Amino acid sequence: MNTSLKIADKTFTSRLFTGTGKFSSSQLMKEALLASESELITVALKRVDVHNEEDDILTHLNHSRINLLPNTSGVRTAKEAVFAAELSREALETNWVKLEIHPDPRYLLPDPIETLKAAEELVKLGFVVMPYIHADPVLCKRLEEVGTQCVMPLGAPIGSNKGLKTVEFLEMIIEQSNVPVIVDAGIGAPSHAAQAMEIGADAVLVNTAIAVSQNPVAMAKAFKKAVEAGRMGYDAKLPPVKNKAEASSPLTSFLN
Amino acid sequence: MNSTFINTFNKYNWEETLASINSKTSLDVERALATDKRNLEDFKALISPAAKPFLEQMAQKSRMLTKKRFGNTIQMYVPMYLSNECQNICTYCGFSLTNKIPRRTLTDAEILKEVTFLKNKGYDHILLVTGEANKTVGVNYINNAIQLIKSQFSNITIEVQPLDREEYEVLIESGLYAVLVYQETYHKEEYKKHHPKGKKSNFEYRLETPDRLGKAGIHKIGLGALFGLEDWRVDSFFTALHLRYLQKTYWKTKYSISFPRLRPHSGGLEPKVEMTDADLVQTICAFRLLDEDVELSMSTRESEVFRNNIVNLGITSISAESKTNPGGYAVEPQSLEQFEISDERSTEEVVSMLKKEGLEVVWKDWEHFS
Repeated sequence: MNTSLKIADKTFTSRLFTGTGKFSSSQLMKEALLASESELITVALKRVDVHNEEDDILTHLNHSRINLLPNTSGVRTAKEAVFAAELSREALETNWVKLEIHPDPRYLLPDPIETLKAAEELVKLGFVVMPYIHADPVLCKRLEEVGTQCVMPLGAPIGSNKGLKTVEFLEMIIEQSNVPVIVDAGIGAPSHAAQAMEIGADAVLVNTAIAVSQNPVAMAKAFKKAVEAGRMGYDAKLPPVKNKAEASSPLTSFLN
Repeated sequence: MNSTFINTFNKYNWEETLASINSKTSLDVERALATDKRNLEDFKALISPAAKPFLEQMAQKSRMLTKKRFGNTIQMYVPMYLSNECQNICTYCGFSLTNKIPRRTLTDAEILKEVTFLKNKGYDHILLVTGEANKTVGVNYINNAIQLIKSQFSNITIEVQPLDREEYEVLIESGLYAVLVYQETYHKEEYKKHHPKGKKSNFEYRLETPDRLGKAGIHKIGLGALFGLEDWRVDSFFTALHLRYLQKTYWKTKYSISFPRLRPHSGGLEPKVEMTDADLVQTICAFRLLDEDVELSMSTRESEVFRNNIVNLGITSISAESKTNPGGYAVEPQSLEQFEISDERSTEEVVSMLKKEGLEVVWKDWEHFS
């Protein structure tokens, strides 16, 4: 019922991307992620042992619907990010990478300079680069120019659950972008996800709000529905917002 | 960048700080609880006697903030003592120079034997501990130990004598992730009493150690005070002040806080100011309310019951089955320990307790991407 989303060579039916952190067990993580029907799931390279076939997180993600999206969380520079991406391409056999460079360990805000540098190099090395960045419209265009296959601006700091604090800038990014825009970070409630989809985001990435809820499986389903509803609303063209009441039957219709 | 924490520290006075904490009212506590961003005045209110009736509220908030940031997880780590040789006299420590105990520094083969034991338990984050004996257990010895074990642990932390910036740079290059350096007490005169001899008697050099670490580009610095040497409220405040200063100055570094305390009638040094279980919970919650992101760590010094409960109140990393004597795991399990541990459960037992509490045990959360 929803139109599909294409990034690089992959087509996604679900516009809800998810993550693997903060769950109380790997089993619960798996149940929630399957309930979300998400097809792209990010996993921190620093959290898994890529050389261990029995790694607890990785074995729980072994499912035909799930595409792994390794992320570089923990790196502080472009150089470290490139190293991490190459390690993951070799070990996990995917050239997709979620580029996260947040040298600030408190708010985990992305470093725009290192991110742009790393993105440029990773694209040259043949990666599908999904960069996590601030909601900065100019940076998004710069990333698009160096060849990233999408941009992932934040709604609010990672894990903050504050919703779309950057909405004005997200709207500019969506308006101007030639690559898919995925709102990443800060989405704390299904309504936030729906809002992102209604303003035209191509997808959202949600982790904390699902993992930390009292019932992650039910919350995953709620997000799935919210993303679908938001996208349908967007596709159906939302009516304009008006400041005053306007009669549904126009006053000048008698002229026709 | 040449100024250090000493410049900030010198603006404060111990007695005035104590008076300021004691003057906080329940209104101050309520305000501190109600706000989202808390400052050091709020922190004072939260550790003050006035906050005692609000302990349950503090615990609830602390739990909620910890879950939001860290999820339903607990990081596991384990200490490995490399040496008990020490040139310092510290009134509270079993390894103190004047204590007549057999001294041992692990050889490469012994280190590897201990490592095999710990790897079999599942550990991937390790804490290397030594006393201070610069001739035999200097930076070269520590560097060698890191090189020796780094292929087997994703994350290596040390708790050793304070070093110079250049020395830290060498260790970081070798794969060191974090350094724990506790000030013991921020009360300068009391500090001198408890550290009468050895390099450790230099209060300022120790106080500036996190600055040297920050300048060297370390990933994480662990702070703390040995609660009980002096008034725990004032020492908590200075630890928080230190934390805030470091966060603003070395913004790429992560921080953790530990909560060692002296216990009365334990056979060791008697605390000057006792910190009760309720006081410790108050302090842990106050740190979490001050900072959503700071890592809070708990060792096996605390009892089984205390640890079972505190893992859901703000603590984010714990150790288990710790031995505080060099070679204590596999080489020479019967030798004398630095301090008595209280929670003697095996790693397996602690892991199953955590699972029962609905917490995922995290073994690995780091990788060297360089």
